[in-house]
Amino acid sequence: MSKESSGYAIQARPAGFLHDLLSVAGRAVRAIPREPENLIPALLIPLFFFAVNVGALEGVSSFTGVTDYKAFQLPVAIIFAVTGVSRALALVTDITSGYFDRLLVSPINRWALLLGLMMADFALVLALSLPVLLLGLIVGVRFVTGILGVSVFLLLSGLWGLVYSGFPYAIALRTGNPAAVNTSFLLFLPFVFLTTVFLPMEALSGWLATFASYNPITYVLAGLRVLITDGWVIADLVYAFGAIVVVGSVSFSLAFTALRQRVKRN
Amino acid sequence: MDTDLAIRASGLTRVFDKKVAVDNVDLAIKQGEIYGFLGPNGAGKSTTIRMLVTLLSPTNGNAWVMGHSIHDDATKVRLSIGVALQDVALDEQQTGAELVRLQGRLYGLSSEEVSRRLAYLREIIDIGDALDRRIKTYSGGMKRRLDLAAALVHNPTVLFLDEPTAGLDPVSRMRVWEEIRKLNKELGVTIFLTTQYLEEADHLVDRVGIISQGRIVAEGTPAELKRKIGEDLVIIQTQNDVESVVAELRNVPKVGRIEARGKEIAIASADGSKIIGSVAVALHQAGIQVEQLTLRTPNLDDVFLEVTGNRMQKNNNHQGVKP
Ligand SMILES: Nc1ncnc2c1ncn2[C@@H]1O[C@H](COP(=O)(O)OP(=O)(O)OP(=O)(O)O)[C@@H](O)[C@H]1O
Ligand SMILES: [Mg+2]
Repeated sequence: MSKESSGYAIQARPAGFLHDLLSVAGRAVRAIPREPENLIPALLIPLFFFAVNVGALEGVSSFTGVTDYKAFQLPVAIIFAVTGVSRALALVTDITSGYFDRLLVSPINRWALLLGLMMADFALVLALSLPVLLLGLIVGVRFVTGILGVSVFLLLSGLWGLVYSGFPYAIALRTGNPAAVNTSFLLFLPFVFLTTVFLPMEALSGWLATFASYNPITYVLAGLRVLITDGWVIADLVYAFGAIVVVGSVSFSLAFTALRQRVKRN
Repeated sequence: MDTDLAIRASGLTRVFDKKVAVDNVDLAIKQGEIYGFLGPNGAGKSTTIRMLVTLLSPTNGNAWVMGHSIHDDATKVRLSIGVALQDVALDEQQTGAELVRLQGRLYGLSSEEVSRRLAYLREIIDIGDALDRRIKTYSGGMKRRLDLAAALVHNPTVLFLDEPTAGLDPVSRMRVWEEIRKLNKELGVTIFLTTQYLEEADHLVDRVGIISQGRIVAEGTPAELKRKIGEDLVIIQTQNDVESVVAELRNVPKVGRIEARGKEIAIASADGSKIIGSVAVALHQAGIQVEQLTLRTPNLDDVFLEVTGNRMQKNNNHQGVKP
């Protein structure tokens, strides 16, 4: 093989931030269908919750003032679908296998290492929302806000999934330990159950009502619900996006501080 | 600063907790040189490499790769180096080709450039169709060769290889040696490698630094280092009591330094062929059972023993083949 055709003249150069971002995201997206064991529960659990909750509680829901319980439960199923979806475990595998070091000796932009994964997560989260949304439409849920409402609905759920992923990423980068990342799911449980999952805010009382009123998921759910049943209630939507910004500023500062710590050469 | 130096280190030191892993290491490695870091387990080889490739900060001192400071110009250093760390660093979910392509993209190569490099690397790492299989299906040796390919995609000017032939069978090991020589001869790639194999250092490198407990204890071409011992060695292996044999040998004329090394006795002499006869006769007359009597020139193991007081390895049998 001649010197020219084997590419001896090729010189390394910085690829640029956007390019790095797409490289990392592309690899993550390619890896997703190769781990169906992670994908299938993420797909089935929300559908299962939706079916069970609607089946078990639809009959009693009218006492609490909810007229369309399917519409009430659809956002809950979406939250279940998108919360905790992340490449954090894969990131831990990279750290323990040494592959992360291989990335670090390359000139890759350090921020792209995490942002690229998050980009892939965002795409995955949207993809996971679709079957749930479809099931909702099949059983008769209709959006009063129309197609635009559906898009904002998906955007809200996607953003929620994205900001939540900051927590498992922070744990992954901080500990490099798969068990620790797995338990980050426990973090999510009180938030998702101590809110308006089963009942509307008005039907909650005592400490549960108090906790729910501080729980960001309450506001995200409210924002998602108005898009289906009430229309463009700006206040609810602002609160929903606000809750996402608040959670995101906490989770992302944890995650990116952990990233900085991890790539620092100590 | 010396511009023809590919790697320069000055007072490079790394302390973990209280343990000094690398202690005040100075290096001056010319462009186009193959430099070998030779030392036993825990000597500080990998720690030195991790500092030079910008994965680890020195506690003290600094180093420059192609004139770029590892401290202040890390990105420029990263652009000029290729790295294969001691443990293969691969992502098992990707195919070999995907991994190499991604690697190329991270170094700013266009997809056409990556394809050209991939075609070339496919040939030299010799893993055939496996390149299109998931890495998790590879054998250990295949992984190591792919890891080497990943270090080469972007045509690095300086290549760091931490024990590049550990875990390879003799044939694969020789192929890696050939490839290292070829990269060095044809492309002028500077190579910094570490090894625990004396013969690897002996046959492959231009210059060797012997590292022991974080310090460079000797440095030079393999020939220079062996010349430092300066003399031929007559080696006697016996089942008899070593002390009494040594006592016998002291009476033989022209015998220089005598050293007992376990079941072995080494006699240093300016001209081994002159004394070996009288040694054999003396041992025979004293009724000593000699299992083996050999005359040889010193090797790096002898150098290592000389400068550190310890043997490199207890057992040299697994060192692979001689080319
Ligand atoms: N991250 C770390 N934390 C604490 N100690 C470390 C760390 N890395 C290395 N050491 C210590 O530093 C010393 C040198 O280790 P290093 O890995 O550089 O040796 P080495 O020459 O590469 O050995 P080997 O041939 O076994 O690979 C050892 O005593 C090791 O225990
Ligand atoms: Mg090592």
